[in-house]
Amino acid sequence: MNRQRIAQEVFVPHRIVMVAVALGLVVWAALAMRWDWIPRYYDLAVQGIWRTLWLLALSCLIGFALAVPLGLAQAAGPRVLAAPARAFCTVIRGTPLLLQLWLIYFGVGSLFPQFPWIRESELWPYLRQAWPYALLALSLSFAGYEGEVMRGAFKSVAGGQLEAARSMGMGRFAIFRRIWFPQALQRALPTLGGETVLQLKATPLVATITVIEIYAVSSRVRQDTFIIYEPLLLLAVIYMVIAGLLALGFKLLEQRFNRGMLG
Amino acid sequence: MLDWLYALWPGLETSVGLLSLQPPGWGGNLLRGAWASLQIAVGAFALGLLIGTAGALGKLHGGPVTRDLLAVYTVVVRAVPELILILILYYAGTDLLNQALRALGQRPVEISGVVAGIAVLGIVQGAYATEVLRGAIQSVPRGQHEAARAYGMGSVQIFRRVTIPAMLPLALPGLSNLWLIATKDTALLAIVGFSELTLETRQAAGSTRAYFTFFLAAGALYLLMTLLSGRIFGWIEARYRRGQAAQ
Repeated sequence: MNRQRIAQEVFVPHRIVMVAVALGLVVWAALAMRWDWIPRYYDLAVQGIWRTLWLLALSCLIGFALAVPLGLAQAAGPRVLAAPARAFCTVIRGTPLLLQLWLIYFGVGSLFPQFPWIRESELWPYLRQAWPYALLALSLSFAGYEGEVMRGAFKSVAGGQLEAARSMGMGRFAIFRRIWFPQALQRALPTLGGETVLQLKATPLVATITVIEIYAVSSRVRQDTFIIYEPLLLLAVIYMVIAGLLALGFKLLEQRFNRGMLG
Repeated sequence: MLDWLYALWPGLETSVGLLSLQPPGWGGNLLRGAWASLQIAVGAFALGLLIGTAGALGKLHGGPVTRDLLAVYTVVVRAVPELILILILYYAGTDLLNQALRALGQRPVEISGVVAGIAVLGIVQGAYATEVLRGAIQSVPRGQHEAARAYGMGSVQIFRRVTIPAMLPLALPGLSNLWLIATKDTALLAIVGFSELTLETRQAAGSTRAYFTFFLAAGALYLLMTLLSGRIFGWIEARYRRGQAAQ
């Protein structure tokens, strides 16, 4: 969009009024509400945002790595693989993430200390913390939803393409890497962008198992200072900024992927 | 009767005992929680449909200001985590209501969890429903609308007899997805302390230390709700697709 079009879109009388009202609200919020707690919690908040972003990025990567075989098994696998993959996706998509998170943290987490060899292992310092359980639950959840998306994407690639690749003498792995996966990914990308924003919106749940990410920081401000609205509003703005950046990133990615493709 | 199973699987007898419906067991609490979850989900979904219909019509036929305000509503709700919206709306809603009551000279009230849950989740659902319904209404061919007008139908009649039946088959997959989100989002109310299924489960699990028994039982209840409603939605969709060309 060029500058002139943007100007035409924004400088409509009612939009100018709306922007003015919005600015007025921001100024009012800045002046009339209490923000004196920000300097005290600044470091903690920055740490919290980092933790949210790390959890989001890692859980999306691990979840997607699991989703590809899950989708492939359902789209083209033998029944021995397709049935468990479908069952996994159904269970993950049919129960609340909060329940899965608590099952993994309180349930699985309470089993480990019973075994002395786990307590003596190298992994124990990590297993005593909450974040591995949070990461596991978020990754499995993402895998369940994206497995379903990838199933549809793999199925939507035309069979003739795969046959053509086979007749060119490509091996199964080469077909997957060079023909099947890129096209499936291109089709799934708009959905994956939306799902990543949904995953971002799921991250505050990990605060319930004592992972101090940005939502938990705002809860602490609320408990310490009895200020209710300000931390929540700031938090909403932070999530909106992250969601906006994610949407923008996926849009650029889509443009890159769509280069050289027919509309 | 179940003795041979108990012999095979030692932990099963305690689990069945813990899940029994009579007071030493917690099964009754779980079912009560599931009933509360279901009520909230149904209420929130219905409220979401109402808001969504109004929102879709506003986005399609409203003036420029309405359209921009609705755009802000859907963008904000879809970008901010449900949990935070629930907290903001819960605190702000109770606050505003009590201030209004005080201004009217009434005593402040404690809002019931069910009503608050329905209102908050309904507002969240409304944003998603707006988009689903807008897309479905938009894909009804203009000619159908014009033909109905040529027959002399009023706009309410056109909406009821032409737009709704024509757009429903297109909207139903999205709406069924929204219903599933509604049932699962009720779990978030556990965090504001409302005794729905997830919170009841956590309390039962916490006081008996039988985490797996209760979380798996609750998972089964949620799965039962979602699978059953999936069937029902599939059946409704098949009904409304009758007489339409296969896609």
